[in-house]
Amino acid sequence: MCPSGLSVSAGVGPTAAVMRAAHPLSDLAAAATDAATTTTIAESDFPSDPDDEPLYAARKKIYPQRVSGTFRRLKWALLVITLGIYYFLPFVRWDRGPNAPNQAVLIDFPARRFYFFFIEIWPQEVYYLTGLLIIAAMALFLMNAVAGRLWCGYLCPQTVWTDLFVTVERWIEGDRREHLLRDQQPWGLDRATRAAAKHFCWLMIAWWTGGAWVLYFGDAPTLVRELATFKAPPVAYGFIGLLTFTTYALAGWMREQVCVYMCPWPRIQAALTDEYALNVCYRHDRGEPRASLKKAAALHEHGQAAGDCIDCRQCVYVCPTGVDIRNGPNLGCIQCGLCIDACDAVMAKVGRAPRLIAYDTDLNIRARQHGGQTSYQFVRMRTLLYAAIIAVVGGVMAYALATRHAQALTIIHDRNPLFVRLSDGAIRNGYAVHIANKNRETQSFVLKVTGLAGADVETFGSDKSAEGQPVITVGPDQTRQVRVIVTTRQLLEPNASIPLTFSIVTANGQVGATAGDRFVGP
Amino acid sequence: MSGQTERLDKLARKPASQSTRQVPTTGHEWDGLQELNRPLPRWWLWLFYATIVWSVGYWLVYPAWPLLSSYSNGIFKWHSRAAVSSDLAVLQTQRGAMTTRLAAASLAEIESTPEMLDFARALGGRAFADNCAPCHGAGGGGAKGYPNLVDNDWLWGGSLDAISQTITHGVRSGDEQGHQGSMPAFGRDGMLKRDEVLVVAEYVRSLSGLSTTAGADLARGAKIFADNCAVCHGPDGKGNRALGAPNLTDQIWLYGSDTQAIIEGIWNGHGGVMPAWGGKLDPVTIKALTVYVHTFGGGE
Repeated sequence: MCPSGLSVSAGVGPTAAVMRAAHPLSDLAAAATDAATTTTIAESDFPSDPDDEPLYAARKKIYPQRVSGTFRRLKWALLVITLGIYYFLPFVRWDRGPNAPNQAVLIDFPARRFYFFFIEIWPQEVYYLTGLLIIAAMALFLMNAVAGRLWCGYLCPQTVWTDLFVTVERWIEGDRREHLLRDQQPWGLDRATRAAAKHFCWLMIAWWTGGAWVLYFGDAPTLVRELATFKAPPVAYGFIGLLTFTTYALAGWMREQVCVYMCPWPRIQAALTDEYALNVCYRHDRGEPRASLKKAAALHEHGQAAGDCIDCRQCVYVCPTGVDIRNGPNLGCIQCGLCIDACDAVMAKVGRAPRLIAYDTDLNIRARQHGGQTSYQFVRMRTLLYAAIIAVVGGVMAYALATRHAQALTIIHDRNPLFVRLSDGAIRNGYAVHIANKNRETQSFVLKVTGLAGADVETFGSDKSAEGQPVITVGPDQTRQVRVIVTTRQLLEPNASIPLTFSIVTANGQVGATAGDRFVGP
Repeated sequence: MSGQTERLDKLARKPASQSTRQVPTTGHEWDGLQELNRPLPRWWLWLFYATIVWSVGYWLVYPAWPLLSSYSNGIFKWHSRAAVSSDLAVLQTQRGAMTTRLAAASLAEIESTPEMLDFARALGGRAFADNCAPCHGAGGGGAKGYPNLVDNDWLWGGSLDAISQTITHGVRSGDEQGHQGSMPAFGRDGMLKRDEVLVVAEYVRSLSGLSTTAGADLARGAKIFADNCAVCHGPDGKGNRALGAPNLTDQIWLYGSDTQAIIEGIWNGHGGVMPAWGGKLDPVTIKALTVYVHTFGGGE
């Protein structure tokens, strides 16, 4: 009754590997009466009695082998670009004139400002962050819809830093074979020196990573001097220590376990993907049945077919997460493309066509298997939708950014009391008026309140203009709150709620900002 | 049984290219669904143990264990009250320069200098919310018996100095320099008879132009008012701030303007209490509070 279970791996479907692994088991379970003890098909290192199975397992160390090729070159380029941006961006200067920092990218928490080149974000504009997060999420989804785990394989900090750490490890302790052999030797001077050198280099990279992080939160050149002379604030050292530790632990020790056990994206990614998304695939239509060169020659002699895969396991050796791509889609596969490079190199050596492992879809593999037509559909409803959302959100943000004023006005009506009756029966409303002056110079604004004819407008802490209107002066890059009271002696309707318009007029006579509120009566 | 062994055999001997990776199950099964056993990485376990060790350190470092008459103090003698004190000290340093300026300046100077006014209003706003809002309301709107501080009617005066005096020494607070004097209980104490109270209440309503009951003897009310009330409230009912006697001719009523409320006031008297804040708040805070209350809008 098992054939469906047994043949499943030959006809790889879009289902995740983990799910498929359960099929033969459940088929067997249905057949067996004493399922609990006999359905376990154990690999040699797993005990057969469920009660003896470990709840916790030690990590199996992975020794990824060096590889070269297109995808490796691409990864090198991305590594240099992304880490270069991360490590050096804080030192880029951007002249904003007086009264403002000249660091291009700066998160200034004490002053509550975020600077990004020509953009300055105030706390009340933090909704731009929401927009950025939406765009980031949609970009991730779009990447996934086009070609699977592009983020995981090339751009994720965990991947990039692990790649760097693996490179350092390989440089000091040698490539896969040399490192494996050395690790089997007893501890000696050579092995210990190399291990110490490796961990020292790792810690230096990790320390620099933490150091670069804090530079985004203060003036980088000043902070570097302060850090070197131990005059920096303790919180800077604290964060450097924390990030040194996390970088060292995550990129040096935990590596693929972060992806397999800690990261939610592989799970979400598997749920979001569809059958048209490109993935790093083993083209089993071409590769199976696997046969070494000799065996293939023998098979051909007997008129039998042999696949292109020579079962050299290079794809497994170069894998940074230690998966076998030939087993189909896998949670552990970050789709970095290094197995493509490894396989291409082998195929070139044995004189066969490259891309036995390649970006492809299961649909195409099956199509080729059954003589059907392959197709690549990048333009699909979901890619269009993701791109449209990115365009709309990005457009809204760009428009808001381009049309925002250099000053902002916010009105908060008194809540207790909503209105007050004066001794002569007049009705008064109080407002807290916030004026944000985003200019680099001190500005004076004339406050105008319209909507209630004949009302008295009075402010505290302001001058009077020639026409008797309040003039509020706000310092450069500052906000100021003044209390404004509006009093009317006219008879109001019961439960009156009259719309008022507050506006601030700049020195050159232009309306800087307007805001609406209401005048409330008894 | 043998059929199954055969199948297992077949599976085990399958070439690597054909086998799906097998994962052991926990032995649990529900309707044919089995739970795969995916052992957690061991560092996860170590992390759990590390948190236990950490918690032991926590007990040692912080006050943690109740003892018979006290508690364990922790090796660094850290105390949340001391932490608050040091935070407050930091706050005082941050406010230092402006606090010194406020201490030296007069109330009028504070109100006319924008940066001092902004600071005083910010400081006064916090102090008001902490100390005054329970009676006078979050925005100074008051309540029945608790004066509204936003309007322009003042029992004891609305100038900066008068407000400062009231905050410092309070009203009927027991402070020697505080405001004294209260509305006697004319009815309860037998100074006025029932019908006299009723008729004088009608007269009081007429002072501010409120409607009176038809046929009420306002002339008799005026006579009673002149004999009993005018001493404090003045012959024309405009009040007397030296005694805290409210102006009865305006639109503002601390205890309500309906006849019933006025009768109750005359019968039982009034005498709200405001504490003296002089001993509780520092002089700068009182200055800030004074300016804050003055700039509600009703200040004189």
